[in-house]
Amino acid sequence: MNFKKSLTTLAICSTLAATSLYAETAYVSNEKDDTISVIDLDTMEVTETLNVGERPRGIIFSKDYTKLYICASDSDTVQVMDLKTHQIISELPSGEDPEQFALHPNDRHLYISNEDDALVTIVDTETSDVLAQIDVGVEPEGMAVSPNGKIAVNTSETTNMVHWIDTTTYELIDNTLVDQRPRHVEFSKDSKVLWASSEIGGTVSVIDTASRQIVEKINFEIKGVHRDKIQPVGVKLSDDGRYAFVALGPSNHVAVVNAKTYEVEDYILVGRRVWHMAFNGDQSRLFTTNGISGDVSVIDVSKMKAIKSIKVGRYPWGIIVKP
Amino acid sequence: MRLNQKKNTLAISLALLLSSEAYANLEVNISYLKQEIDKGPVLSNILPEPDNAGIQGAKLAIQDSNTTGRFLKHKYDLQDYSHSDAAQLLKQAQQQYSEGTRFFVLNTDAKTLKEITKALPADALIFNAGTQDDELRQSFCSPNLLHTSASRAMLNDALAQLLKAKRLQKIFVITGEQPGDIAYSNAFKRSAKRFGLSIVKEKKWSFDTDLRRTAQREMPLFTQHKGYDAVFVADERGDFGEYVLYNTWLPRPVIGTQGLSPVAWHRVVEQYGAAQLQSRFDKLSSRWMNDKDYASWAAVRSVAEAVTRTNKNDAINIRDYIRSDEFELAAFKGRKLNYREWNGQLRQPIPVIHPRSLVSQSPQEGFLHPKNELDTLGFDRAEVDCK
Repeated sequence: MNFKKSLTTLAICSTLAATSLYAETAYVSNEKDDTISVIDLDTMEVTETLNVGERPRGIIFSKDYTKLYICASDSDTVQVMDLKTHQIISELPSGEDPEQFALHPNDRHLYISNEDDALVTIVDTETSDVLAQIDVGVEPEGMAVSPNGKIAVNTSETTNMVHWIDTTTYELIDNTLVDQRPRHVEFSKDSKVLWASSEIGGTVSVIDTASRQIVEKINFEIKGVHRDKIQPVGVKLSDDGRYAFVALGPSNHVAVVNAKTYEVEDYILVGRRVWHMAFNGDQSRLFTTNGISGDVSVIDVSKMKAIKSIKVGRYPWGIIVKP
Repeated sequence: MRLNQKKNTLAISLALLLSSEAYANLEVNISYLKQEIDKGPVLSNILPEPDNAGIQGAKLAIQDSNTTGRFLKHKYDLQDYSHSDAAQLLKQAQQQYSEGTRFFVLNTDAKTLKEITKALPADALIFNAGTQDDELRQSFCSPNLLHTSASRAMLNDALAQLLKAKRLQKIFVITGEQPGDIAYSNAFKRSAKRFGLSIVKEKKWSFDTDLRRTAQREMPLFTQHKGYDAVFVADERGDFGEYVLYNTWLPRPVIGTQGLSPVAWHRVVEQYGAAQLQSRFDKLSSRWMNDKDYASWAAVRSVAEAVTRTNKNDAINIRDYIRSDEFELAAFKGRKLNYREWNGQLRQPIPVIHPRSLVSQSPQEGFLHPKNELDTLGFDRAEVDCK
């Protein structure tokens, strides 16, 4: 009897161990603290705060989740962190002031925007070689590689363009003029459509990848908020193709856009100066970084409501989730 | 759930027209005219205004615009000329006009600006990036004159709103003897009346002693008064104002041209991506970017933005586009900027700073306006005589 009981206890213990071992984890870059906050998504608590290079902004995982790449903007480098030990194991040549980047589906080539130099730098993460540097507009910011791997796009904030780069020749093939201060770009899963947010213009342009023409422009309106304060930044598309979530900066709201009709269906109140977002694995939760309030809001996607906020470091910028 | 989407059909069709292949080779020449103004000897000359204030902002904007222009086959060129004599500047403007230049950025005093504006034909587009003169915004009317520099009225409204928000109500005013000081002080008095501050004492600064040694003795006596919340100083050249701080009879903040100051731009402005502009400027000029640099930058960028969006380079089309509702300038102040239709003034938030940090940015919350909160700063439609 006694023996059986202790066995049960053991079994419970190991189940607990297993869940905490396999709990999803969010990594948040804190721009003004030079740290990364690690959040356990079961307990919704910060479990670790990691020191990294200066002004960390863009963060991204390697495909197998063994490595974390960090844009340390003011250190002028991309740091590589081993996710088992949380140690920085190497640095990649990134060009000056790396802000955002995207990893090619080949899991090797990083496309990095160099904000101060009007360049996009392409780096091979295995050999640390710079494969190419491409001239783009002033203040390159948003970066994305199409899921089919064929095209990389970059936005330049002062030139107000989306630049299209061929990933085989590393050449600029076209430019699309969008509204003021384009911030972030996101491809649809089938690579056919690109969503580009314009912070000062206050719009999101939906662009057809084949023709590189704008097919739709989405405007936002929140009662009681002046339209100049509605400044779209981060964009996240749900895998089921139903929604696009748009972080609206200092308006402290996230817009829920119907990804098929492009109608805005709802606005979710979150923390102050909402910037970037990430889903958990099954996309039941959406996490937002809120720069001024220094926290992460947790949105219940089925209810379209923020259900919790988690205090992180100063000026949280990027967020990604590891299964 | 509300449906709030508006379709921006016009913008979309415009974008469709402008696919990369459709862009024409366009050249845009901009003339930059600077008047060298001798400000006379001042007591505090520790941090003088750089000789190339203004022009460096224009050069940076040309660089920014050519990076954009490269993708659109648009090329921007700047010719700059500086002289102390107004007649020489006018001659230069006319000559450049006869050679085909239509865009002019002026960093001059108000008198010279008026002369050049009157002398150039109506298809020249002129930007005032130098003078903060209020009269130019109120009664000197010209459809081809735009102001990117902030007026004294805008600056003082920005300051007065912050004082009101902080409940600093009773103000002791010190005004220097220069015409600019008097104008700055008058602008403050207008703002004080507008936002309900009271001026409890007004004094003129007319001493000529070397305050660097005696400020601790002189200033407390000069500012002796039974009660005030702040001491306002109008000293645009920086002659005596620096010595008022920490030497007032009552321990009160100093505001105005020294201490807590409203400015169109300053090194301490770094929000809304301004850090990037500051670092680009520093790379080009190896110094801090000031309000004249910013006004010049905004003028050149306005032309370039209009050329980019319209794919045209003639001054009439560019002027009409800049003065239309469609025009938007992203200028690192947290919202898009455009021009007031009634006097051509660039609407803009005004940072209020101390020399080491941003204190606030006006308009302050709660100062409402039926059309646009930015129009709580400076002359609103009803205050302007132009028609």
